[in-house]
Amino acid sequence: MKHWITTTDHKRIGLLYFWTAFCFFLIGGLEALLIRLQLAQPNGHLVSAETYNQLFTMHGTTMVFLALMPLSASFFNYIVPLQIGARDVAFPRLNAFSYWVFLLGGLLLNASWLVGPLFQAPHLNVAPDGGWFGYANLTERQFSPGPNIDFWLLGLQILGISSLAAGFNFIVTILNMRAPGMKMLRVPAFSWMTLVTQFLVITAFPVITVGLVFLMFDRFFGTHFYVTAAGATPLLWQHLFWLFGHPEVYILILPAMGIVSEVLPTFARKPLFGYTVVVFSGVLIGFMGWGVWSHHMFSVGLGPIADSVFAGTTMLIAVPTGVKIFNWIATLWGGDIRGTTALHFAVGFIAMFIIGGLSGVTHASPPADLQQTDTYYVVAHIHYVLFGGTVLGLFAGIYYWWPKMTGRLLSEPLGKWHFWLTFLGMNLAFFPMHLIGLLGMPRRIYTYSPDLGVSALNLVSTLGAFLIAVAILVFLVNVLRTRTHGRPAPNDPWGGATLEWSIPSPPPVYNFSVIPTVANRLPRWKTEHHEPMRDPPAVPPAPIHVPDGSWWPLVAALGLPVLALAPLTHTLWLAFLGAAILLVGIYRWAFEPFDV
Amino acid sequence: MTHAAATHHTSMGLDSRKMAFWAFIGSECLLFTSLISTYLVYKGRSVVGPSPHEILNIPFTSVSTFDLLMSSLMMVLALAAVQRGDMKWGKIWLFATALLGLVFLGGQVIEFTEFVHKGLTLQTNLFGCTFFVLTGTHGAHVTVGVLWLLTLWVRALQGKLGPGHALTVEITGLYWHFVDVVWIVIFTVVYLIQ
Amino acid sequence: MPRYRLCLLTVALAVSGCGGPFPQSTLEPRSDFGWAIDHLFTDIFWWAAGVFLVVETLLVVTLIRFRHREGRPAPRPTHGHTVMEIAWTLAPAVILVFVAVPTVRTIFATAGEAPADALKVDVIGHQWWWEFQYPELGLVTANELHLPLGRPVQLSITSADVIHSFWAPTLGGKRDAIPGRVNRIAFRADSVGDYSGQCAEFCGASHANMRLRVVVDSDSGFGRWATVQLAGPAAPAPGTLAERGKAVFARSACLGCHTIQGVSPGIIGPNLTHVGGRTTIASGLFPNDSAHLASWIADAPSLKPGSLMTRMQPPLTDADIAALVAYLASLR
Repeated sequence: MKHWITTTDHKRIGLLYFWTAFCFFLIGGLEALLIRLQLAQPNGHLVSAETYNQLFTMHGTTMVFLALMPLSASFFNYIVPLQIGARDVAFPRLNAFSYWVFLLGGLLLNASWLVGPLFQAPHLNVAPDGGWFGYANLTERQFSPGPNIDFWLLGLQILGISSLAAGFNFIVTILNMRAPGMKMLRVPAFSWMTLVTQFLVITAFPVITVGLVFLMFDRFFGTHFYVTAAGATPLLWQHLFWLFGHPEVYILILPAMGIVSEVLPTFARKPLFGYTVVVFSGVLIGFMGWGVWSHHMFSVGLGPIADSVFAGTTMLIAVPTGVKIFNWIATLWGGDIRGTTALHFAVGFIAMFIIGGLSGVTHASPPADLQQTDTYYVVAHIHYVLFGGTVLGLFAGIYYWWPKMTGRLLSEPLGKWHFWLTFLGMNLAFFPMHLIGLLGMPRRIYTYSPDLGVSALNLVSTLGAFLIAVAILVFLVNVLRTRTHGRPAPNDPWGGATLEWSIPSPPPVYNFSVIPTVANRLPRWKTEHHEPMRDPPAVPPAPIHVPDGSWWPLVAALGLPVLALAPLTHTLWLAFLGAAILLVGIYRWAFEPFDV
Repeated sequence: MTHAAATHHTSMGLDSRKMAFWAFIGSECLLFTSLISTYLVYKGRSVVGPSPHEILNIPFTSVSTFDLLMSSLMMVLALAAVQRGDMKWGKIWLFATALLGLVFLGGQVIEFTEFVHKGLTLQTNLFGCTFFVLTGTHGAHVTVGVLWLLTLWVRALQGKLGPGHALTVEITGLYWHFVDVVWIVIFTVVYLIQ
Repeated sequence: MPRYRLCLLTVALAVSGCGGPFPQSTLEPRSDFGWAIDHLFTDIFWWAAGVFLVVETLLVVTLIRFRHREGRPAPRPTHGHTVMEIAWTLAPAVILVFVAVPTVRTIFATAGEAPADALKVDVIGHQWWWEFQYPELGLVTANELHLPLGRPVQLSITSADVIHSFWAPTLGGKRDAIPGRVNRIAFRADSVGDYSGQCAEFCGASHANMRLRVVVDSDSGFGRWATVQLAGPAAPAPGTLAERGKAVFARSACLGCHTIQGVSPGIIGPNLTHVGGRTTIASGLFPNDSAHLASWIADAPSLKPGSLMTRMQPPLTDADIAALVAYLASLR
């Protein structure tokens, strides 16, 4: 137990990220099921309006910040150091800090479901209820007097610290910890996409931080950053939020694209087609992701010129995305495609992401978007991108790297069931939403009139959501069964080209008995130019120093939720206590003897 | 502060901590850009006074600015001293840097108090909101820097900071210079261009 | 009816087992604004459908053709192909030009400019109802927007509290109602009808209950409606229940929030001068009949979460409520 709490090993932290994020994924999924039950029929009254608003707010917030981002982070942690031939990340204790801050931030956010009575609320729950996008001025104290929005903004501030710390860490790790000979254009596509993602994180999160600081000052200290009467405009929030929010979309999708770029070549037994183009289109998407934020604001009325410009930049971003898809198909073309579960999910990603991308083009056009934005059509779009894209991509990664991370192979037959149920479920759940939106149902409504004519479509969507839930259950059964019955994994069950497959599954704590020297981009494959590398020996030729664990990242992380409790409970001494804990943690951490 | 990382093989030939710090500074740039942009967007949109020209005391803040600039010079001298192994002067310059930082913070306290007396608080108008949050965030950064410098100074007094820690001092300097540069931008945008 | 709409609706019918009607459908436009968007969407839809078919077919064909077979020789390790990269960079770029050009044209065509003779209406979003002011006619109403068929219309949209979004899908795209800011849309309805819409930007507890109706009437019908609206409220006949209701209204908290011309000046809630003439109450939630009106007056928040019309303290008696209902119903 202590070994897990004080661990600084990137592999253990990766597993901690995985299981924590997966639990949050289940919570977010449960919230989705309640939402779908409420909407299964018109005039639904399973939950109240207030509860429903909390459910969709927490569903979005949880899935984005507590499930998908940290699930990607679990692969950054576990796989990236292995792919680039490193013993650990650049800053192992900072890595532990990121994890603990993420866990505590997630717990703080979700505590809001249970602590209503402590805040004299009439309900059990005081969960955030302003939408994951938390548009000002609805989130101002005047219109949202309860602690709900406070939980949201403080939770997001804390989670931002976790993401930023991880961002610095992984940028340095990928740039600076590569094995000898691994030039940047020999770095595997997944690690490349991780790098781009982390650059987006460290540039996008400061912007939302500032937006949240303004909101915090407005709510706690009576400033007027979003108060119309004082001459301010609530649109400031929209600009700050989407300046962050659109890069955030790429933060969510690029890692999955990286996973697909690893899985396809392995199972087609062919190198990634146009590796350089795939990498640079990822970089380009990262850059262009900064110039499109106002396409979330076409109904705001920014004027025809701004609308035209942002329509143009948004359509342009479809080009590098399309290039990636063509390169993936070209990777499969001429291959010897083995239909493993991982490949099923990776191909599912491509097939579904195309739909999400194309519906995206329809609302890149501002006039068309005026009929689509804030309707279920957009809900369909984001779910094809984030479920059909990110979640399927992450599952591809899970099936692909599970043997590396746990030493056992997940069952392939159960995996296929998992895939096909997910595939069917998601299309049943999300495809009808296109029609529901076009037929005039806005999003974020807890009830709708039977007169809209969308009742049956909504029922179908709800059935689809439950089918997805069944698929997730199949996955959990697979996981449990694999613990005891799973086939032990050899070093390289798939015939992968990258370094993580050259070492045991799971890898020893030091990863590589001898740090490999990399001579090409596909070190473990035989190509027309080179023979496969020799894998590192099973036993290290010389003793390898492994750093001890540390308590201090956890202590420092504990300071943050205590700090957040100060404004939540209007208790000043908690602020001093939190700051003191944080400072003690940082000082002890800084002066702790610790050799990497 | 471990210096083991410095002895490690690095792909870019740049120390990992220094690289991380540059990434951190890049991130901080976005933070201050957002704050300064908000100040500019809301400039002149306050519906009640007082307005900047009734409040801001340029001569006073010029002195503060000069003080902060000088602290950057002290920081350069401190690093140079530590790098050449002259810990006696290293200690003096480190302390001088921290002291000038404290003077700047003192100036900010005086300035804020005066503004409140003149009727500008955080809640008065948009100018008050944006001004105090922007300069306050900067002040918080200076505070962190002062604590950091004093920590190094105490370590040096204890004999635990030697020429082997030049990189630590260099990174502290990076932070300090960055905070200084940000102030130059704030001083220009908020005080000089009204 | 264009073919794609038939396709979509056929799918909808197939799964839903019913054929509508779909009163808020974006696919059945009834104004020039709506049609402009619809034409654009049709164009983009076909491009997207074409790309979808080509790429998904390519994917499926690849998967089938190159699936693993025993004895297949190891694949040739191709690394890339410059000409193909250029080709599939240019292809989407060219298609996007065909999407971008009509897009920009439509943006400028639907920018909210209206001819000089347009009827101007100010739309104000409130938590959770709509206020409509006709400055040229000097009249104010709520939740039911009446428009003439023969004239172009320009709506100036803003909000009194948080951000809302005015959306009547058959008549065109939505525009946000933002406090401190006025957005404009302009359109000309092309047929008489009763169109429904609702708030499209999340605005708090009863966002789902912030509905609206747009009644497009012949010019003469609209004129008659306006004349009725301009006239003061009819005084209830002496000795009737309605007259007692007026007295209840005048001595209760109602008048603090609601305007009835000549009776009360409140501006927090909807103007009730001609509430009896509306077809729905509570911003489109319930039919305007005495049963619903009575339960609404008795306890609005239980029918519409978060409603600012709280239960009155002390509560009104059933007799008082019945009288109020009679009075309000008489305000035609």
